[in-house]
Amino acid sequence: MLSSNKLFVVIVGCGRLGSHLANNLSRSGHSIVSIDVNESAFDSLSAEYSGFRVIGDATEIAVLKQAKADKADLIIVTTRDDNVNLMISQIAKRIFHTPKVMARVFEPKQEEIYHSFDIETVCPTFVASELFLDLITGSLVSDKKGNKE
Amino acid sequence: MNILTVGGGKTLYFLCRSFLSKGYKVTVINDDQSECIWLARRTNATVIYGDGTKPQMLEEAGANTADAVLAITSNDHDNLAICQIASVRFGIPRTMALVNDPDNEMVFQQLGVNAVSITRILSNVMEQKVSSDSIVNLVFASEGKVNITEIVLNDTYPVVGKELRNISIPENSLIAYILRNDQPVIPRGSSILQAGDRIFVITLPENYGQVIRTLTEGKE
Repeated sequence: MLSSNKLFVVIVGCGRLGSHLANNLSRSGHSIVSIDVNESAFDSLSAEYSGFRVIGDATEIAVLKQAKADKADLIIVTTRDDNVNLMISQIAKRIFHTPKVMARVFEPKQEEIYHSFDIETVCPTFVASELFLDLITGSLVSDKKGNKE
Repeated sequence: MNILTVGGGKTLYFLCRSFLSKGYKVTVINDDQSECIWLARRTNATVIYGDGTKPQMLEEAGANTADAVLAITSNDHDNLAICQIASVRFGIPRTMALVNDPDNEMVFQQLGVNAVSITRILSNVMEQKVSSDSIVNLVFASEGKVNITEIVLNDTYPVVGKELRNISIPENSLIAYILRNDQPVIPRGSSILQAGDRIFVITLPENYGQVIRTLTEGKE
């Protein structure tokens, strides 16, 4: 769905995850605005990144508006503070009426409150543990197969 | 009434004292251990050390039986999370957040959380206090959405000697009553303003300046 047409994407937080997403989406031809409080965070953007950089605290609605977040097709919130992410994704969903809002959430227990506001979440801890469990069960199955032979 | 407060600093300490003196039961969640000890020694509040934005911490602090939650940490996003968890998860009927960025007052309201901005209140008070000496009293009603101002009419004011119906003050403002020689007068269209009258004007923060200028300078 994302690759079919060009989207205007605002990415809040330019850490490892935010910059990775920004670089990839920019390379695929989407228009990107990255927001971070620290100017040095933008160092992790690659040479291929052709989007805009906005320095500021995205919990200030003035900063979000400066980044034209109220016009975005997609907002991805990736700061390392769950409550910051919760606040920004709600502003996007309920004040800007952004069509698609996604947030990274560290605390799995916090996801429930996001879902009650209809915000899509990705919890790295949960994703990683699922992958590990898949690998464990996978290797257990292949071990058993090996034993039978 | 059970009040659950999250935050710290002198504001929280004096709020606690004020609530306790009114006979309310107060529980405080604070994430600084030494401040918790300090608060516990100086107040009769139940003090809990931890992160008040965590649902389990709010539960431990008795969120299930709280009547009101007050979030006054220095981070607006934390205050929002606290109030939302309190109302969505624990169904606490009254929540109030302190906001630092005045824009967040509107943002929080749209997200269903009551919010008060100290910055806005202080700047309003400052602007209004310095504007004129004859403005003797100011009350903010409904969390600062409405101002009630008392003005002593000076004989140089353009409205003195005029009938109220001939004074056009901006929309959404009202001369509520007149105190003349300490006797209240309920204004009618035919009432004539006199020098020395104390008039009580109801305005909104947005049109306050305009109303005052109309009454004291005759300009809009």
